[in-house]
Amino acid sequence: MSKEFPADSVGLVSPRSLRLEQPLELDSGQVLPCFELAYETYGTLNADRSNAVLIEHALSGHHHAAGYHEGDSKPGWWEACIGPGKPIDTDRFFVVCSNNLGGCHGSTGPQSTNPDTGRIYGSGFPIVTVRDWVRSQARLADALGIRTWAAVVGGSLGGMQALQWSLMYPERLRHAVVIAAAPKLSAQNIAFNEVARQAIITDPEFHDGRYMDHGVIPRRGLALARMLGHITYLSDDAMGAKFGRELREGRFSFNYEVEFQVESYLRHQGQSFVDRFDANTYLLMTKALDYFDPAAEHDNDLSAALAEVQASFLVLSFTSDWRFPSSRSREIVRALLDGDKDVVYSEIEAHHGHDAFLMPIPEYLQLFAAYMDGVAREVGA
Amino acid sequence: MNHTLRPEFSVISDWIAPGSRVLDLGCGDGTLLRHLRETRGVTGYGLEIDPANILQCVKNRINVIQTDLDQGLQDFDGDSFDYVVMTQTLQAMHFPDRLLEEMLRVGRQGIVTFPNFGHWRLRYHLALRGRMPMSRALPHSWYDTPNIHLCTINDFEQLCRDRGIRILERNLADDRHRNRWAARLWPNLLGAIAIYRFERRHERGRQAA
Repeated sequence: MSKEFPADSVGLVSPRSLRLEQPLELDSGQVLPCFELAYETYGTLNADRSNAVLIEHALSGHHHAAGYHEGDSKPGWWEACIGPGKPIDTDRFFVVCSNNLGGCHGSTGPQSTNPDTGRIYGSGFPIVTVRDWVRSQARLADALGIRTWAAVVGGSLGGMQALQWSLMYPERLRHAVVIAAAPKLSAQNIAFNEVARQAIITDPEFHDGRYMDHGVIPRRGLALARMLGHITYLSDDAMGAKFGRELREGRFSFNYEVEFQVESYLRHQGQSFVDRFDANTYLLMTKALDYFDPAAEHDNDLSAALAEVQASFLVLSFTSDWRFPSSRSREIVRALLDGDKDVVYSEIEAHHGHDAFLMPIPEYLQLFAAYMDGVAREVGA
Repeated sequence: MNHTLRPEFSVISDWIAPGSRVLDLGCGDGTLLRHLRETRGVTGYGLEIDPANILQCVKNRINVIQTDLDQGLQDFDGDSFDYVVMTQTLQAMHFPDRLLEEMLRVGRQGIVTFPNFGHWRLRYHLALRGRMPMSRALPHSWYDTPNIHLCTINDFEQLCRDRGIRILERNLADDRHRNRWAARLWPNLLGAIAIYRFERRHERGRQAA
């Protein structure tokens, strides 16, 4: 009857949803009259509510970070790091992960119904920013009775949210763990995002973002966007090691069908993504990434932007990450050093590229676990 | 892991004013910084390149920044520390002279320790046995040593004179880390481990003015 789960997994989990009736004013000037956040929790909140850890997801992530949903064979996206005895130890911490506003996995987003019109938002859903996400998550924290997070933790776009938390609510988190992130996107990062958006927007099935009204989805555009993104998540070495120039049929067939294994892999990644992700959400998430730039409000001085930070930081990067290379993490570290903030920084040797933050790399997990052990001791967990 | 404090650490600890800000270059497993934090109430950072040491630093709850010291200290502003400490690392640097200057750019004072290559035992190795010197302080073979820029006490003090560095204090211990009268009398011959505290020479002018 009940499936056996690995001993170091949180096991069977189910998502919850919180409806927030207070209007949320967004950076764009638009107001969401009310919204829902889908979230999951693992572990137990202690008596003084001090052991809560907020997990922030990346571009294509969601609130299902660990454990297994009923009937699923695959665990949550950060199973490598969350569970009993793992770096984010659910025997010690109360772990919360929510789906970002504008997402497509249960939180209010483009697939939701606009209460003002009674129609699906579609492309009418307002563009949200990292700051908006953090604001909405603060509401979730309030509702869960969590005044201060022991840590806010995230990789990639999730790391940017952790950084933003430390800026917007300096007294509401003790630690920020920022993994494989950057203080803002480079022109090259934005360029990749723009190509991904154009792939979606120029798909004939996009219909100005109202494709759901037409009963279609821009499959080709979204798949292309994912294929492009996926290339930037892997390193040249990792792709070389996995696929090389291997051919599916062992010889050239002199046509444009799938020939190389890497083509087959990318097409599969693109196609499977279409079944679980919404094109309008993809557009929103890439925009939030592009807009993220906390130094901009401080004359592009990141040190000034981080001056009010109270949290201690763990900043991690990976040697083969060319999407957000170590130099980008070092910009964050440098700004923290300028302000005499508590910070640990390490560059982990890994060949996986940007996706390394999701991988069970021993050196990474050990360092992450050692840091989180310190966090747990600090809050008596 | 060796939990006993290296004898040179207690000398350094005595030299550091309580409550100071310290940058430890090549901080190893963070033992010195942890000791300074617990006994002198210092704050600051350790820089280290070796992942195994970084992990130990995190376990010691040290603010450690993974850094290749040969790239300089460009992440740090001038005069941001009271002391910049470097124990048993100077001789492993590609540009020890530049790093000394970097130490005095970001810190008010520098403290270094290094194995004295003028020690009699090392001279004996080379002069009489015709072999590259090895000792308790220099345990590596010539082919796998990280120590690419060894120097004697006289060499170091000459470099300080050339670069406008004023030596404030010197401690010489024999190879069992004992500070004996003989090592004080013939430092370059009998001192195995050299410990120096120094500052920029113009600092004195600034203070006098």
